[in-house]
Amino acid sequence: MDKYIFLIPLFPLIGFLINGLLGKRFGKGIISFIGCMTVGFSFIVSLFIWKYLLSLEPGHRILTQTLWKWMSVGGLSVDVSFMIDPLSMLMILVVTGVGFLIHVYSTGYMYEDESYWRYFAYLNMFVFFMAMLVLGGNYLVMFVGWEGVGLASYLLIGFWYQGIDNAVAGKKAFVVNRIGDFGFVLGLFLMFWTFGSLSYLDVFPKALELFEQGSLPINSPVLVAICLLLFVGATGKSAQIPLYIWLPDAMAGPTPVSALIHAATMVTAGVYMVARTNVLYTLAPSALLVVASIAAATAFFAATMGVLQNDIKKVLAYSTVSQLGYMFIGVGVTAYWAGIFHLMTHAFFKACLFLCSGSVIHAMSGDQDMRHMGGLAKKMPITYITMLFATLAISGLPPFAGFFSKDEILGKAFSFPYYPMAGKIIWFIGTAGAGITAFYMFRLIFMTFHGEFRGTKEQEHHLHESPANMTVPLVILALLSLFGGWLGIPELIGKFFGHVPNILEGFLEPVFEHSSNIVSQFAHHGHVAEPVEWTLMTTSVVVAIIGISLAYYIYMVHGKELPQKLAQKYAFHYQVIYNKYYVDEIYEFLVVLPIYYFSVFLWKVADAFFIDGIGVNGPAWVVKRTSSIVRLVQNGYVQTYGAFMLVGMVTILCFFIYR
Amino acid sequence: MNAPILTYVTFLPLLGVIFIMAVPQRSEAGKNVIRAIALVASLFTFLASLRIYHAFDASIGAFQLLEDHVWIPSYGIHYKLGIDGLSFWLILLTTFLTPLTILSTWRAIDKRVKEFQVALLVLETAMLGTFVALDLFLFYVFWELMLIPMYLIIGVWGGERRIYAAIKFFLYTAVGSLLMLVCIIGLVYFHNEHTGHLTFDLLQLYGTSMPRIYEILFFAAFALAFAIKVPMFPLHTWLPDAHVEAPTAGSVILAGILLKMGTYGFFRFAMPLFPQGSAYFAPLIIVLSIIGIIYGALVAMVQPDIKKLVAYSSVSHLGYCMLGLYVLTRQGVEGSVLQMINHGISTGALFLLVGIVYERRHTRLIKEYGGIARIVPIYSTIFLIVTLSSIGFPTTNGFIGEFLILLGAFKVNKIAAVFAATGVILGAVYMLWMVQRVFYGQVKNPKNLALKDMNLREVAYMLPLLVLIFWIGLYPNFFLKKMHSSVEHFINQVKVEDVQEQPHNFAAANNILQLGEVTVLKVKE
Repeated sequence: MDKYIFLIPLFPLIGFLINGLLGKRFGKGIISFIGCMTVGFSFIVSLFIWKYLLSLEPGHRILTQTLWKWMSVGGLSVDVSFMIDPLSMLMILVVTGVGFLIHVYSTGYMYEDESYWRYFAYLNMFVFFMAMLVLGGNYLVMFVGWEGVGLASYLLIGFWYQGIDNAVAGKKAFVVNRIGDFGFVLGLFLMFWTFGSLSYLDVFPKALELFEQGSLPINSPVLVAICLLLFVGATGKSAQIPLYIWLPDAMAGPTPVSALIHAATMVTAGVYMVARTNVLYTLAPSALLVVASIAAATAFFAATMGVLQNDIKKVLAYSTVSQLGYMFIGVGVTAYWAGIFHLMTHAFFKACLFLCSGSVIHAMSGDQDMRHMGGLAKKMPITYITMLFATLAISGLPPFAGFFSKDEILGKAFSFPYYPMAGKIIWFIGTAGAGITAFYMFRLIFMTFHGEFRGTKEQEHHLHESPANMTVPLVILALLSLFGGWLGIPELIGKFFGHVPNILEGFLEPVFEHSSNIVSQFAHHGHVAEPVEWTLMTTSVVVAIIGISLAYYIYMVHGKELPQKLAQKYAFHYQVIYNKYYVDEIYEFLVVLPIYYFSVFLWKVADAFFIDGIGVNGPAWVVKRTSSIVRLVQNGYVQTYGAFMLVGMVTILCFFIYR
Repeated sequence: MNAPILTYVTFLPLLGVIFIMAVPQRSEAGKNVIRAIALVASLFTFLASLRIYHAFDASIGAFQLLEDHVWIPSYGIHYKLGIDGLSFWLILLTTFLTPLTILSTWRAIDKRVKEFQVALLVLETAMLGTFVALDLFLFYVFWELMLIPMYLIIGVWGGERRIYAAIKFFLYTAVGSLLMLVCIIGLVYFHNEHTGHLTFDLLQLYGTSMPRIYEILFFAAFALAFAIKVPMFPLHTWLPDAHVEAPTAGSVILAGILLKMGTYGFFRFAMPLFPQGSAYFAPLIIVLSIIGIIYGALVAMVQPDIKKLVAYSSVSHLGYCMLGLYVLTRQGVEGSVLQMINHGISTGALFLLVGIVYERRHTRLIKEYGGIARIVPIYSTIFLIVTLSSIGFPTTNGFIGEFLILLGAFKVNKIAAVFAATGVILGAVYMLWMVQRVFYGQVKNPKNLALKDMNLREVAYMLPLLVLIFWIGLYPNFFLKKMHSSVEHFINQVKVEDVQEQPHNFAAANNILQLGEVTVLKVKE
């Protein structure tokens, strides 16, 4: 089966090339067919490989394929190679599966667009690079995908490039990601000169070997440095503090793009990377503490920023940043599988949320402002129900998917094996953030679907449910938002229902086996008593319900006047949060402008004035002035020459006489 | 002994010159004949250079395909040619770029066509000669010969301030070259003193023993000449002027090949001839390279003129090349050589692209454009691909070069690598910002509405460049494996044993992460 791995990225690549080079001449039917089917084929191949993988012994579930030797210089030898283990298997299933649904949805959403072919070409290109990222057998192939999805993101955010703001948002995304990649690449350098390879199957065994020999102690500076540098890359790609700023702006792209790239798949690449590198991270607890702390801060602050947004997509954008924070809390507290679990459920419900918002925007003729919406539930029942499912999932109510995954993460944070105290704090912040999440998500539901319609008559007349090629993906994703979590039912609840196994944890176990061993060897045993676990679970549900009730009270019961009143009463806080803590402005002021003016200074003063003006043209000027003085001597008058001669002779005479 | 293939390749363009001389250029037909002859001559040169590809044996680290004839016996001057893994690729780059350049001048150069094509072909011979010469005197002849046609190309067919730019270019380079000439003679003198053998033969001059102070002085003079050509900060200010004023073809050759003369000079002459001097100046050169990388990128960012932006980006890119050479690791040096080729391809392509819109609109100011992606889609797509190559996007050539250089640098000097790597961010900033302002948004200037997309001829000369961009990006081993032996040979030649006596400026900083003792495994070179 390993022979066929390359087909997964190959199909979307072919789709990209065909639609990209010839799409302009095709009809929309052919473009849609090529665009969707190539991803569909990849999904089918993935399913077959999955089936094959399951037939293997759990310990031997690693498939590899090497295509060609990419570069070999001195000790460096990098192949273009793929690796499939349970982790990348799960990722590729999510990427191609959800990707396929979103491609199908796009055939409806983008149908009117004049650059339909370009859209599908880019979307296929994205799936290609995402597959490279996930399937790559070494860090450099991963990096190809890593930057490649960034390019796809850049092109798709700026898809409607005639609006300059969209193009600016695309560039911002690329540049901010580049800042992250700067750290990532340095991490790779350090990794290479430490372990002598960039391949997963070399680096991790080597690290474990050195660890067992005692030459690589736990928390050794080099490992912490590698892990932190790689995490810099993750903060860029996965929108964590301090590099999250590009993601809200990325909403300038078409909504299905936001669903696929900026919610379900690309932005989770950082989480995947940390989980992939779990052996190194587990050996560097300080790095994990940094990861978990930044993640908790991001989860909380992004949630607060989501509270006051009026643009439906912006709410979801901040919610994505916040949810990514939860995933990083998971991987940061060594609960790698839980982070990946949340990654998967989030892919389902967040894709669903975005696609639903797309359906709403479609119905509103492009208007994204929730203040103009209201009462849409009656007009678009399928969108409403599916979005409600996804919202319940993200709010963490049982039995929806988000409940299981988020609860697993928070539970594991509470018992963070390396730093128990910090774990409690992270749990507290995370739980509070979960309450805020429930609040702003239901605020969105209430403002959009309940109450009375607040838009123009024209918009109201136009309201309609979306066509089937848009609603069918919604329904599938909504069902996944409900049932997807059942793959990872915690032991506690499983026991309650009579030994329901935790399928996902078992599936992913071989990937994280070594990490678990190290953790159990070094850390306080991370298991909490059953009553505590029940309490934690109940607490998060209660917090979510409080959040929902509050949203109901403010936006439904007193929806007409209370929001305004609160805004006036807490005007200062309102302004700060409404303007997203002025982070963009602060960056602009502290980073962007200084660099810009410094560059202008370098150009005008250092380059043009000093180096070129004084250094280069200076000598030329001196020569010119000097010669223009000296040349006066040679004026062509015999009298002058005679006078000079006389002066000279007198001088010489004097010299000899008075010597 | 086989046919003297290097001589054939070097002088084939001159054969074209002879034919061109015979054609009158008064009529339009005559001009086309001249252009066609130039194109055919350069294509034949390219085909001939492919013979070198077959004849070249990658397992040999030393020079090969040697040709040696006595030229001026009384001074020990020989006509001696030969190549190694570096000059091999630079020759192919030269013969590859020249026909594309000639194709790009088809419409752009309409006055004095004959003289222009002659200048281009003479320039090609001079460049090829510089890359194959293994006799210092012969090298110097070719080196100076390059100046004249380039001077004319800028001065006669250039823009408004062409005279200023041409003279600046000429004087700048001449100053460096003259000092080098003095030191060539000094080196030969020392060698004669020591061995009683008067020769300009590079192979014999390698390893000439002389007092360390002379090595340092001679290196300084050679390095000055080459650093001006590279150009290294702060000797770069001739470059923006020369590029902006030069016609497109001039810029392409200038950026694509002439700048490589500088790095080539370091690789072939300055470093292996004077290893002690090289080691003495290494910290300074590394610092200047890093300043060049960052400074070039920052200044490029605020340029209002696209061509000037690309010119300053060259300063940044060549900074990588110099850094790679000077870290003296396999990855660094091979990355550097690859980056020389990469820069020739991507920056050459960028200048060609700028030339295409310049021909149509007669302006290169960014603010004159805006929103043209909708009007010229093919052009925009190609421009974006070349941009990606220039900013080192993986799967393109630029990534491989930068990655290898930085990886190699990181081993030797972590702080240097960290600073140099910021150039990767800045590269994305200045290129993408320019792309945004030129291609995206609404069309504001009505003159751009009538802009014509690329025609077949233009696509034809861009296509080979695009192929190479991805070829090097996806299968760099094809290129790297031809240089392994030569690079190893070079490193052994240049590495000074008592390098510890010259502590690196950053040695202290290297210990910041406290890697050295416990954790870092020795990676086999």
